[in-house]
Amino acid sequence: MARRNAPEVNAGSMADIAFLLLIFFLVTTTIETDSGIMRMLPPLLENEQTPPIIKDKNIFVVIVNKNNDLLVEDERMDIKDLRLAASKFLDNGGGVGEDRCEYCKGEKDPESSDNPQKAVISLKSDRESSYEMYMAVQNELVAAYNELRDRESERIYNESYTDMVKDYDDPRSSRYKSEKLKEKIELIKELYPQKLSEAEAKKS
Amino acid sequence: MSKFKKKKSGDLPAISTASLPDIVFMLLFFFMVATVMRQNTLKIQNRLPFADQVEKLTKKNLVMYIYAGKPSSRYADQMGKTARIQLNDKFADIADVRPFILEERASKREEELDFLITALKVDKETNVGLITDIKEELRKENALKVNYISKQGSVMQNFQ
Repeated sequence: MARRNAPEVNAGSMADIAFLLLIFFLVTTTIETDSGIMRMLPPLLENEQTPPIIKDKNIFVVIVNKNNDLLVEDERMDIKDLRLAASKFLDNGGGVGEDRCEYCKGEKDPESSDNPQKAVISLKSDRESSYEMYMAVQNELVAAYNELRDRESERIYNESYTDMVKDYDDPRSSRYKSEKLKEKIELIKELYPQKLSEAEAKKS
Repeated sequence: MSKFKKKKSGDLPAISTASLPDIVFMLLFFFMVATVMRQNTLKIQNRLPFADQVEKLTKKNLVMYIYAGKPSSRYADQMGKTARIQLNDKFADIADVRPFILEERASKREEELDFLITALKVDKETNVGLITDIKEELRKENALKVNYISKQGSVMQNFQ
């Protein structure tokens, strides 16, 4: 028998394999997206409106001074205690009669907020305070709202509020932009409306 | 018997390189897709603060970026050391914010206008005063959706 050379390996399908891999990576890689704290700015008032009168006990005053010290309700506070203090205030439910709050689990202190609908957090920061402190304070306050919303959402729908919002905004989820989910989210939002007012930073 | 005789090692066939272009193209495509093109060259320091109550910005084309921070060391001589605003590729003043918003809006489709988000990428050592000024300008233009871009992490990491 004649000697044969080994036949050359057929490389015709290599391109297909390459494309397969390419498509695989195309599908699986997600480009890194930015993330951050979402806030709505208050719209500019066109004509001078008289601001609604809010009882002192319904306002939770948070002040950041130019040395980045935190003053909460006239007391110095550490940033790590802010979240608890804020959620205590929001969840107080000290109102009676019409202002009663059925779902609040707070201490019902008559000196603190009536109900979450009336409770307002006011954040004042000095123009010279640093952005990281400002962000930390905002983050803690938003976290206080989210924790309470999560709790109520667990109670009513057996799933956390943050997960619902995540699903609502996630195109891969089966409940992406679903009306039903939106209703649920709105309801939870109503229970603990985010009333976080920011005063214009004052000059020092 | 010569049937099972091994052939000489001298005439090994050359390895085919026909698929090499494919592999190279594959890599090329992969990197083309995975790289994020920096829209703007940063001329300022941009170390973002940490936060954990974050939401993702999914629709990239609906985001307007406003940067702020101290000029980076290359520009420190010309621009000084106080925090500045950067819009697109240029240093800007607070008065430039409104024209910038209008310009961005003009480049978007009409039905998208309601969903525009202003992303503030601000260095953590900036003063709040500058941010307040920016926000005031945004309110005047009715661009009320704001996202403070931050790194995911515990708040406590800010103070270490």
